[in-house]
Amino acid sequence: MQYLKRINSWFLLVAVALAMPAFADEKSEKQGLKIAKERKDRDRGWQNSVAEITMILRNASGQEATREMRVDTLEMEEDGDKALTVFDSPRDVSGTAFLSFSHAMEPDEQWIYLPAIKRVKRIASRNKSGPFMSSEFAFEDMTSFEVEKFKYDFLREDTYQGDKVFVIEQIPQDEFSGYSKQIVWIDQKHYRVRKVDFFDKKGDELKTLEFEEYESYEVDGTTFWRPQRSYMYNHQTGKSTELVTENLKFKQDLDESDFDKNSLRRAR
Amino acid sequence: MIKPKLTVMAALVAASFSSQAEVELGGSTSFEGRYFLQDAAYPGQPRTQASIAIEPEAYTEWNDGQDSLLFKPFARLDNQDDERTHWDVRELQWLHVADEWETRVGIGKVFWGQTESLHLVDIINQTDMVEQVDGEDKLGQPMVNFTTYGDWGTASAYILPYFRERTFPGVDGRLRPPLPIVSDRAQYESDAEQNHIDFALRYQNSFGDYEVGLSYFNGTTREPELSVAQEEITDPYIFPYYAQIQQFGLDMLKVQGSWLLKFEGIYREGQSEDFLAAVAGFERTAVGVLGTTHDLGFLMEYQYDERENNFFATGQNDLMAGVRWSFNDIDGTEVLAGFVQDLDESATYNAFVEASSRITDNWRWKVDAYLFSSDDETDTFYYMRRDDHLQVTLEYFF
Repeated sequence: MQYLKRINSWFLLVAVALAMPAFADEKSEKQGLKIAKERKDRDRGWQNSVAEITMILRNASGQEATREMRVDTLEMEEDGDKALTVFDSPRDVSGTAFLSFSHAMEPDEQWIYLPAIKRVKRIASRNKSGPFMSSEFAFEDMTSFEVEKFKYDFLREDTYQGDKVFVIEQIPQDEFSGYSKQIVWIDQKHYRVRKVDFFDKKGDELKTLEFEEYESYEVDGTTFWRPQRSYMYNHQTGKSTELVTENLKFKQDLDESDFDKNSLRRAR
Repeated sequence: MIKPKLTVMAALVAASFSSQAEVELGGSTSFEGRYFLQDAAYPGQPRTQASIAIEPEAYTEWNDGQDSLLFKPFARLDNQDDERTHWDVRELQWLHVADEWETRVGIGKVFWGQTESLHLVDIINQTDMVEQVDGEDKLGQPMVNFTTYGDWGTASAYILPYFRERTFPGVDGRLRPPLPIVSDRAQYESDAEQNHIDFALRYQNSFGDYEVGLSYFNGTTREPELSVAQEEITDPYIFPYYAQIQQFGLDMLKVQGSWLLKFEGIYREGQSEDFLAAVAGFERTAVGVLGTTHDLGFLMEYQYDERENNFFATGQNDLMAGVRWSFNDIDGTEVLAGFVQDLDESATYNAFVEASSRITDNWRWKVDAYLFSSDDETDTFYYMRRDDHLQVTLEYFF
């Protein structure tokens, strides 16, 4: 009896040990998903926004170049957001406009307008891992966050710059993403993304994105947080890109007709 | 008493104008040198050619941006070719935008179509042939345009009250047939000549992965037929003949993963023969090739045209293959190289390389090379077989 009991408990221990990771996985996946959903829920209802953005490109030897652009964004309730970006500098691309419709599950739709030849060109949207305007931001980094785009796993709680954060892993569900996974730091108080580590397809660390100088905006009684500065550093090339947001305004009377190919043709 | 009143009024008008209607000024100027790799085929043609061009731009808007005015003149001064020394109003347009429609009145530029190697459907603007051999430069077209849009797509109507004649290189220039093309002796089917009122319609929409455009044009053909004036035996010349045509066009694009599938087709009636022409192909882009941040796009297009003998219909049964290489660097370096092979005449082909990059935020360099080959005396490229050239441009944006 004693022997049987021992086997039993040993077997139990093994069974538990074997079951543990699976059990923990399911739980941490649920927890990760819950955090991602909360992040999205807290960012619903801002309707639309316009912003002026300065992009600073830096290469490994410290050479710097700045780009000016204006970005109009329209929140879509049942879909990814729509965005219209118009470039003001450098002068040779001034007037170039970029229209994107992000989608949660389907490939994004993108068009570019070339003012010199008055031509609207459709872009193959599977090329989402390509650089956005020579920056360290890929096209997919510029599109809106949608819960369905990733599979989640909760990793741990931690502190980041003095704030309590959740650290979760998110794995892109689109096979054409340039990443194998992302590690995301989200603060527990406001569910704002503070930092993201990007890993390339080989699993190596590729880039780190930091959001700084969060400011709050009121839209219809709800508070929304937006970073004034985003800093993307590429570990493999030593290049970096900084986005500085100026003059961000919400509720600017934009609707879907401001985000079609006609709006692209008269953007300037 | 009147004088001070006027001064005050003038000041008020000036103040309200400057506060409400701010005028944005910009534009570009360029310096260009051409070097022809071979001796000229015809006497008097130069080996080198230099020119400067300027294209300023003034823009103002009022009424909360619902109304705007754009003025964009253009001028080129060429040291060899008098015909290439020319000026044009590329745009002088009042745009009014409402919720579901817009109007454009004045001189404007419109692009229709999807393919890269030929622009068959694109018919509103006349080609400025002295600018570039690729035919992508266009003259401003006077128009009254009304466009309306909704979930169902975009519909546009154009009234085109004045016709612009195609520009051609002069006797002192390259890239021309042996006899001079005399634009001043142009002939028209319509008695109204350049004052014939043309019109055009277009419907366009996106259906998920598809972009579809349907178009109709009725009026003076933008693509003349060239004839030799026989009566002048001592001094023969070529004159352009502009017929009245109807053109039906269809253009399509489909996004399929990393592939873009493109098609353009036209049916045109009214010239010396009615004909069908089409171009179909694909573009596929690979991002981050060989572990770099470079993008490499492959293009291939097949060109078909029913016409046998037309100076401008070069793509009768031709295949274009090309590579678009984007460095994705701070300087925005890009190279497009292509090759168009005539599938009927193996010796007839043309090739091109167009490369450009930024020097500073205001300066950009461009190097373009064009090569032509043909041993068929009836072929367009036969006239240009010795006009292989290298073109270096420095462009300043202000």
